[in-house]
Amino acid sequence: MNVPASWYLVLAAVLFGIGAFGLLTRRSALIMFMCIELMLNAVNLTFVTFARTLSDIGGQATVFFVMVVAAAEVTVGLGIVVAVFRRRASTSVDELSELRG
Amino acid sequence: MVATSYAVPSIIVFVGAAIIILVGAIGVITFKNPVHCALSLIMTLFGVAIAFIAQQADFLAAVQIIVYAGAIVVLFLFVIMFLGVDRNEHVRVEPLVAQRPLAALGVVITLGGLIALMAESHWVTGVMSASTNGKALQSGQANVHQLGTAVFTTYLFAFEATAALLVIAVVGAVLLARRERTLQADEVEV
Repeated sequence: MNVPASWYLVLAAVLFGIGAFGLLTRRSALIMFMCIELMLNAVNLTFVTFARTLSDIGGQATVFFVMVVAAAEVTVGLGIVVAVFRRRASTSVDELSELRG
Repeated sequence: MVATSYAVPSIIVFVGAAIIILVGAIGVITFKNPVHCALSLIMTLFGVAIAFIAQQADFLAAVQIIVYAGAIVVLFLFVIMFLGVDRNEHVRVEPLVAQRPLAALGVVITLGGLIALMAESHWVTGVMSASTNGKALQSGQANVHQLGTAVFTTYLFAFEATAALLVIAVVGAVLLARRERTLQADEVEV
């Protein structure tokens, strides 16, 4: 018998926490995107675990769509990073303060 | 709940996948060089793919390797090398006061809430879902069949919408990353 679903759920929660901590503390926009990928993967793992537990293929289909949206998000996000880098020669999010009042 | 009722191979697979996932994730948030972070991210993605295979999501594990490790991380590495930002970030500098303790506190509260929620709730009813017609999830080729049937029937509209989303994202990325050539063209004409 496979390991209980709660083990995988706790693993996914810890992975989400690591990703959230990195997103809150790192300064480089590129690494912040990588942390977002970590959090998305944690959620994907949760979906697959619930799909297995409830025998529902809908969880796996949702993971499929999450992957597509993640790919689109990374594409646009890295496009923005490239466009910002062309102006500021930096990927640090602290230096983007033109809109400060 | 006796621990010995679970098969030893599944426990070994879980522990191995957990170690790979967590070591890779900690590497992503601790390495200073962005290239090393991207390589750690690949490690985590492989661990998640192992966890997918262990839970009868074979097609998604293949997509995970091909799309994430094969395309998204390569895109990250390409942008890192294109921008030349593989120099070290100042990790030690802390511009906001007490940002890291506050972030750690928020994460611990969130994690505690999630795990407490899991410990409290009873989500396993034993009833088979209607979307698989009461059949259990299958692995291997049957998994691809089940997932394909679901995506092309129940989730057809979402599938078409993601196609439109991808086209929009590609056009937007090209527009964002493009150099402004209009001024130069005017200058050449004048």
